[in-house]
Amino acid sequence: MKNFELIKQGAEAKLYKGIYLGQSTIAKERFIKNYRHPSLDTNLTKERIKAESRALMRCKIAGIRTPAIYLVDFKRRTIFMEYLEYSKTAKDFIEDYTKLGLIKELSQFFYEIGNLLGKLHENNIIHGDLTSSNILVVNKNNEHNYDSLSELDLVAIDFGLAHIESNTEDKGVDLYVLERALLSTHSVAEEIFPKILEGYKKQYKNGSREVFLKYEDVKARGRKRTMVG
Amino acid sequence: MVIALGFEGSANKLGIGVIKDGKILSNCRRTYITPPGEGFLPKETAQHHKENVLIVLKEALDQSQIKPEDIDVICYTKGPGMGAPLATVAVVARTVAQIWNKPLLGVNHCIGHIEMGRLITGANNPTVLYVSGGNTQIIAYARKRYRIFGETIDIAVGNCLDRFARVLKISNDPSPGYNIEQLAKKGSKFVPLPYCVKGMDVSFSGILSYMEEKTESLLKEGHTPEDLCFSLQETIFAMLVETTERALAHCNSQEVLIVGGVGCNLRLQEMMGVMCKERDAELFATDERFCIDNGIMIAHAGAEMFTAGLRMKWEDSFITQRYRTDDVETVWRSD
Repeated sequence: MKNFELIKQGAEAKLYKGIYLGQSTIAKERFIKNYRHPSLDTNLTKERIKAESRALMRCKIAGIRTPAIYLVDFKRRTIFMEYLEYSKTAKDFIEDYTKLGLIKELSQFFYEIGNLLGKLHENNIIHGDLTSSNILVVNKNNEHNYDSLSELDLVAIDFGLAHIESNTEDKGVDLYVLERALLSTHSVAEEIFPKILEGYKKQYKNGSREVFLKYEDVKARGRKRTMVG
Repeated sequence: MVIALGFEGSANKLGIGVIKDGKILSNCRRTYITPPGEGFLPKETAQHHKENVLIVLKEALDQSQIKPEDIDVICYTKGPGMGAPLATVAVVARTVAQIWNKPLLGVNHCIGHIEMGRLITGANNPTVLYVSGGNTQIIAYARKRYRIFGETIDIAVGNCLDRFARVLKISNDPSPGYNIEQLAKKGSKFVPLPYCVKGMDVSFSGILSYMEEKTESLLKEGHTPEDLCFSLQETIFAMLVETTERALAHCNSQEVLIVGGVGCNLRLQEMMGVMCKERDAELFATDERFCIDNGIMIAHAGAEMFTAGLRMKWEDSFITQRYRTDDVETVWRSD
């Protein structure tokens, strides 16, 4: 890829930044993982590129903001998509606000995360890998300023493990995965995680009740496991 | 100077060891081995520990050349694990602590694995993959606790391997996982199997059901048992490496430590090594003496706790089958 420069190596892919058709673009290359069997690697990569593009399209249709897809190139194992310049990860955002002691704002922020997840689930989009690294905080006015929540959009990214599913089991697991990721990463999360559920419920309304029951189920499964040896 | 005696018996391994200031003086072990096609059950496993515990204790003391009066603290596995074997060994630890009038400390089994891995390999602050017959966790240290970033949402990876060994009637001596590893080396044809990763969590029960159902027909179609062992290992280890890599990226960590019985599988170590190399991270792993359940890891973790000033009340010296890694405050770590 000409004129593209490597900016980050995530767990799944290498991210390159450059210009494609005049647009500021991220090229997400799911490079060959030499540790796994070639046929497994090829299958997984193809599946995930498909999953990611499908989920991004589905979000677009549902009116949920995500990076726009410019090109999907199976041969190069790469998706070209919109580069969100004025953004930072929710992980960094939460840490910054925690340092400043802005707990009230963080509660509101968690509420918004719950809202976002509720919106995804309302449309039967299961993310599959929700962490604070996989949610971007984007400034609406195209400036590097993250001081006021009303100026910020939340954008979910990294849909490689996503799928479309209407049952409550997968939604419950999605919620559980997010909870675990937040609790293990952020000290503040334990206190304000209920805000996520609140935001989720507000968005997803009646559907949320059954998901919460499933989520409690999934949680209990985790705790009850005896873990011998 | 702390001399600690450690008792481990949470599953089918009975281990007793003596450690003196991080130096291993003895590390003795007996394994309860069941016939091919059978797993170990609590009652029989406890019986095995009961019959062997005093022999192993004597062996550990003799090898270490430490006299009971020189011991500073007696440590035992408090959990998690199988109830009956845990209780059997805890009774012995409690008894000798009273006879010799020494303090007693209950140790979390998972913490024992992690601390032993750090001691042996010198890893400083690694992301830990803990894989055994009963546990599958991806752990990183933060804010005075070993936090669980990912884990199995159903059965442990070692349990999946053990039970697949029973399907093929592979010998349990020295362990089903070791025998699968040897067979897998001779396999070459890759059979696609279910692959189940949810964020940093994994699931193995679906793969096991698939294997239990399909093994017979796969063998008839001309796949060899070696091919099946190979394919199973390639698939489930890829899941483990993938989720570990995800945790590594999420935590910005540059070290990986593999502990637990499955951790001595060289193919798993090799795959993890390749992943680490691709991201300039460093891999730390140990061999069967320390990967597989042992007494010395309990002694070592207990010694760390003891040095940090931790003491246990006599009435707290019970055992528990459920004891999560993140329940323990790591008072001995200063970072």
